[in-house]
Amino acid sequence: MDNKGRTRILVIDDEKQIRRLLKVTLSEHDYEVEEAVDGREGINKVLYCKPELIILDLGLPDMDGIEVIKKLREWSNTPIIIISVREQESEKIAALDSGADDYVTKPFGMGELLARIRAAMRHASGAGDEPVINFDELVVDIARRRVTIGEKEIKLTPTEYEILKNLAVYAGKVLTHKQLLRAVWGPAYLNDAQYLRVYIGQLRRKIEVDPSRPRHIITESGVGYRLL
Amino acid sequence: MDREKRADPDALLASLTDDKHGRLTVFLGAAAGVGKTYDMLEAARERLAEGVDVVIGWAETHGRAETENLLKGLPAVPPRRLQYRGKEFGEMDLDALLARRPQLALVDELAHTNIPGSRHTRRYQDVEELLAAGINVYTTLNIQHLETLNDIVAQVTGVTVRETVPDRILEKAAQIHLVDIPAEELIQRLKEGKVYVPGQAAEALRKFFRPGNINALRELALRYTAKRVGRQVESYMRVHGIPGPWPTGERVMVCISPSPFSAQLIRTAKRMAEGLKAEWLAVNVETPRRLPVSEAEKDRLARNKRLAEELGAETISLTGNDVAEELLELARKRNVSQIVIGKPLHNKFWDWVHGSIVDRVIRHSHGISIHVLPGKAKQEQERVTARPERRSFSAYPYAGSLFIMLLVAAMAALASPYLTLVNIAMIYLLPVLISAVSWGTGPAVTAAAASALIFDYYYAPPIYSFTGNLLISFSIFLLVALLTGTLSAQLRQQMTDARQREIRTAALYALSREIAAVVELRQVLASVARKVAESVEGQVVVLLPGKNGKLVLQACSSNQDRSLLNENELAAATWAFEHGEAAGRGMDNLGGVKGIYLPLRTEQSTRGVLGIKIESVEKYLQPEQRRLLEAFAGLAAVAVARAQLAEQAREAHLLAESERLRVALFNSLSHDLRTPLASIVGAATGLLEHENIYSPAARHDLLQTIQQGAMRMNRFVANLLDMARLESGVLKLNKEWCDIQDVVGVAVSRVGEPLNKRSLRIDIQPDLPLVKADYVLLEQVMVNLLDNALKYSDAGSEIAIAARKIDKNVSISITDRGPNIPPEDLEKIFDKFYRLHSPRQVSGTGLGLAISKGFIEAHGGRIEASNNPAGGVVITIILPSGAEGPEEVLDREKGDSDG
Repeated sequence: MDNKGRTRILVIDDEKQIRRLLKVTLSEHDYEVEEAVDGREGINKVLYCKPELIILDLGLPDMDGIEVIKKLREWSNTPIIIISVREQESEKIAALDSGADDYVTKPFGMGELLARIRAAMRHASGAGDEPVINFDELVVDIARRRVTIGEKEIKLTPTEYEILKNLAVYAGKVLTHKQLLRAVWGPAYLNDAQYLRVYIGQLRRKIEVDPSRPRHIITESGVGYRLL
Repeated sequence: MDREKRADPDALLASLTDDKHGRLTVFLGAAAGVGKTYDMLEAARERLAEGVDVVIGWAETHGRAETENLLKGLPAVPPRRLQYRGKEFGEMDLDALLARRPQLALVDELAHTNIPGSRHTRRYQDVEELLAAGINVYTTLNIQHLETLNDIVAQVTGVTVRETVPDRILEKAAQIHLVDIPAEELIQRLKEGKVYVPGQAAEALRKFFRPGNINALRELALRYTAKRVGRQVESYMRVHGIPGPWPTGERVMVCISPSPFSAQLIRTAKRMAEGLKAEWLAVNVETPRRLPVSEAEKDRLARNKRLAEELGAETISLTGNDVAEELLELARKRNVSQIVIGKPLHNKFWDWVHGSIVDRVIRHSHGISIHVLPGKAKQEQERVTARPERRSFSAYPYAGSLFIMLLVAAMAALASPYLTLVNIAMIYLLPVLISAVSWGTGPAVTAAAASALIFDYYYAPPIYSFTGNLLISFSIFLLVALLTGTLSAQLRQQMTDARQREIRTAALYALSREIAAVVELRQVLASVARKVAESVEGQVVVLLPGKNGKLVLQACSSNQDRSLLNENELAAATWAFEHGEAAGRGMDNLGGVKGIYLPLRTEQSTRGVLGIKIESVEKYLQPEQRRLLEAFAGLAAVAVARAQLAEQAREAHLLAESERLRVALFNSLSHDLRTPLASIVGAATGLLEHENIYSPAARHDLLQTIQQGAMRMNRFVANLLDMARLESGVLKLNKEWCDIQDVVGVAVSRVGEPLNKRSLRIDIQPDLPLVKADYVLLEQVMVNLLDNALKYSDAGSEIAIAARKIDKNVSISITDRGPNIPPEDLEKIFDKFYRLHSPRQVSGTGLGLAISKGFIEAHGGRIEASNNPAGGVVITIILPSGAEGPEEVLDREKGDSDG
C-alpha cells in the first residue's frame, strides 16, 4: 500500500460507530486514518504513527479529553480537532485554550468536518503567512493593510482592522473570545467580551451584505468567531 | 315561564365516571306537563349546534305544536312497529339506535313500560344498554316514578304509581336537570289542555293536580336534586382535599357533661354525623345550681370538649336553669335533627325530685330524633363527687374578723346608753356579715361565736353572765354567718370563673383567628408559637417529628428561645410526644426540667409537642391555667393536623400532575423518537438491500430522508435535554453581553434550509443596546420560536423578526402569518406538551415554547403571545437589558502604533 502523499489522521474516539464513519468517509477523501479507542492508546499512537492531524472526542473512558490535549501539547504541535456536544461550551473553550485547534459539535456534517480539517492543515503548514487572503469577494491584504470588497475599499478603524486581520490570518479556524481579546486589546482585557460584540457588530455592518445574516464573520455560540 | 335549571355539575365528576360508559342526563320534573320534553329537546338542539351527533330514540310530543317544532331538524331513529293484541304500537328501536351509535341519544319517558315482545320489559333497561355501549343519553322522568319515593308520593297524592324506576339509575346519572314551574302555572296549562296524562279521567286529573299535591311533588323533586348537589359538592371537596363542613339537611347534637361517659356519647354522635354526612354540635349546659363545680370536673369537661372538637364538632356552652329547655331551644335554633344524650346514672328518686332531663327532652322534642345511650355501671364509680376546693390556710382573715369584732364592740359600748337592746344586737350582727362577705365562712363563724359571747355577757340580761339565750343568739348569728359566707363564696367563685373563662376565651379566640387564616404548616407553627408566647408571657417552642421520627424544632417565639432546648428538655419533650401526656415542670411526669411540654394530640395521633417556659411557673400550675395551656395545645394540634393534611393533599396533587406530565412525555417520546427513526431505518434498509434498483434521484431522496429524520431526532433530544436542565434546577446562566443582531443571525443560520424558502424580514433597531444574557440559551429560544413560526404558518408566507428598546428593556418579537390562536389558548401555548388543535399536521415535541418560557424567565424576562391583527401570531420576548449597559468601549490605538 502506498500511502505517500496522503495526510495521516488519528481518530481518538471510544465509539466504534464514529470511528467507522470517519474511517470510511475520510479514506474516500484521500486521508489515511489511524484509530485509537482511548486517551492512553491515542497518545501512544501519536508517538509512533506520527499523524498530521488528530480528531479527539472529549468524552473518553480513561481520561479527560482536555488532559489528553495538555499532554500532547507538551511535545507535539500536531493540529487537534475536538468532537464535542452542544451543551459543553465551557469545555470547548477550555479545550481550545489548552491548545486544541478547532472543534465540531455532535452531530456534525461531513462537509463541516472536512472544512475544519482543511483549515487546520493549512495553518499547520504555515500557509497562514500569505500576505493577501481571499474570502470570495472579501480580500484582506495584510501587507498593505487594505480591505476590499470587490473593487471597493472598506474603511476600518484600527481596532476593527486588528480584529479582522486576526480572524483572516486564521481563516476558517475558530478564535475564542479570549484569544481575540488578547490579540487585539491585550491580556488585561480578557473578560471584556462586550468590546468584541460591539466591534464585530460594526465590522459586519461594513463588510457583510446583510449584517443580520452574516456570511463571513460567523459566530460560534458561546465560544468565539471564525472568518469564512 | 319560570324554569330553574340546576347549575351544571363540575366537569370533575365526569372525570370520575368511566370514560367508556355513556353519560346519562335526566330531565327531572315534579309532574307531567312541566316541560321536561321541551327542555330536553331544546338542550339537544344546542348540542347539535355544537356539532354533537344527536339522534332521537324516542320523543313524546303529545301533539303539542311548540314541542313538535323543536323536533324539526333533529335526526331520529324511526320507531319499531309491534303488534300486540291485534293493535299496532310504536316502540323505540333499540337495535337500530345501537347500530347507529350516535354520541347522544334522546329517550323520552324513562319510566315507560315496553310492549311485551320487546327486548327489555322497561325502557330504563334500554337506556342502561345504550349507556353501556358508550352512548350518552338524555331522558325525562317525573319524581313520582322514583322507587324510594313511591310510598311518599302515594301518601301525599293518593295516587299509587306502578311504573317505578330504581334509584340507582338516577344515582348513576352524570347530570340531573330540574325542570320546575309554579303550581298555578301548571294548573293553568292543564286547564288550557296543554297537559296530557294517559289513562286518567278528567275528574281524577283535577283531583291530582291540586296546588297542594303539586307543591309537595315539587318539593320532593327539589329536595332530591339538592341532596344530590350536596353529595357532589362533598365528593368534590373530598377529591380536592377541601376540609368540611359538608352541609346537608341533617344536623346532630350531642349533650355532654364532665362525666367520662360523655366521651362515648361524643364518639357515637361522630359516627352518626358521619353516616348522615351531617354537621354536629357538642353542647354542655351549666346550671347555676351546680356551681361551684370541682376542678376535676372542669378538667374532664374540658377534655370532653376537646375530644369533640378534635372529632370535628362545634362545641357550645350554655348557661341556664333548665337543662332540657336550653338544649331544645338550641336544637331548634340550629335546625338539629338528631340529639344524642346519655341515660343518667342516678336513681329514680333523684329524678322524682329534680325531674329527669332526658324525659323532658324527649317529651318536648317535637320531630327531633332523640338517641338515649345507657351508661355503664362501672363508670359510676369513676364519678368524682364535688369537693370544695381546699385553700391554703391563712390566719389573717380570722385576726381581721376579730379586730372588726372588737371595734364594733367598742362602738356599741360607747353608744349603748342611747340604744335599745335590739339595736345593739343588730350592731353585733355587723362583724359577722362583714367577715362573711370579706373572708368567707370560717372567719364569719369565728365572728359569730365572738359576737354571741360578748353580746350575751354584756347586754343580755342578766348582765355580766351567760344566759340560756346565748344558745339562741349564737344559733342565729351562726346561721347568718353560714348563709352569707356560702352565698358570697359562690358569688366570688362565679366571678373568678367568669373572668378566667373570659381571659381564656379571648386568648383562644385570638390564636384560632390567627391560625385559621394560614394553611402553610410553617406559618401555622410560627403563629402558634408567637401567640401562645404572647398570652402566657413566656418562651414557646413547637417541635414536630422529623423523617427519622425524632423531634425537630420547627418554630419558636423568638430566636433566643432555641437555647431552651438542651438535652434534658428535649428528652422531656420526647417523652411527652411518645406517651401523649404532658411532661415537665409542675406536671406529673419529669418535673425536673425547666419547660412544660404538652403533646399536640388529635384523635388519631400525636402530631408534635408544644414546649413552654414561663418565669413564674407556679402561676401556671393552677388548674385553670393548665387548662388554658391544654386548650392551646389542642388548638395547635388541630391546626397542625389541618396544615399537614393540606400539605399531603397538595403533594398528592403535585404527584398527579407529574404523573400526567410523565404520561405526556412518554407519549411524546414514543411518537417523536420513533417517527424519525422509522424513516431513517426504512430509507437505510432500502438503500442497503436494493442498492442497484434506485435511480440517482431516488437515492438522493432516500439519503435526504435519513438526514432529515436524524436532524429531527437531534432537535428532539436537544429539547428533552433543555427541559431536563430546566426541571432539575441545574440551569446555570452564563451571562455575558449579547448583541441581539448576532443572536438572531446565528439562530437564523442554525434553522437553515426551511427558513431560506421564506421571506424573512429582520428589523433590528440600529442602536439597540447589548443585553446581559446567556448567549447560548437566548440563541436556543430564538431557534425554538423560529421553528414554531415555521410550523404554524404556510410555506412561502412571511416571517418577521423585530427588536426594539423599550424603556430599560429590550423587546424581541417574532411574527408569523399563520392562523390566529383562540384568545383563551394564548397562555396555554407555553405549557408543556401543549399543541394547537390545528388542521395542519404539525410534528414536534410540544416542548419548544415551554423551554423558551423557562429560559426567558430564568433571565428575569417574560414571554407573551398575542394575535397579529393582520393574521398570525406574535411572540414577544421582553428582556431586561441589564442594570446599565457596558461602559464605553475602548478603541485601542494598538493598530496605529503598529503602522
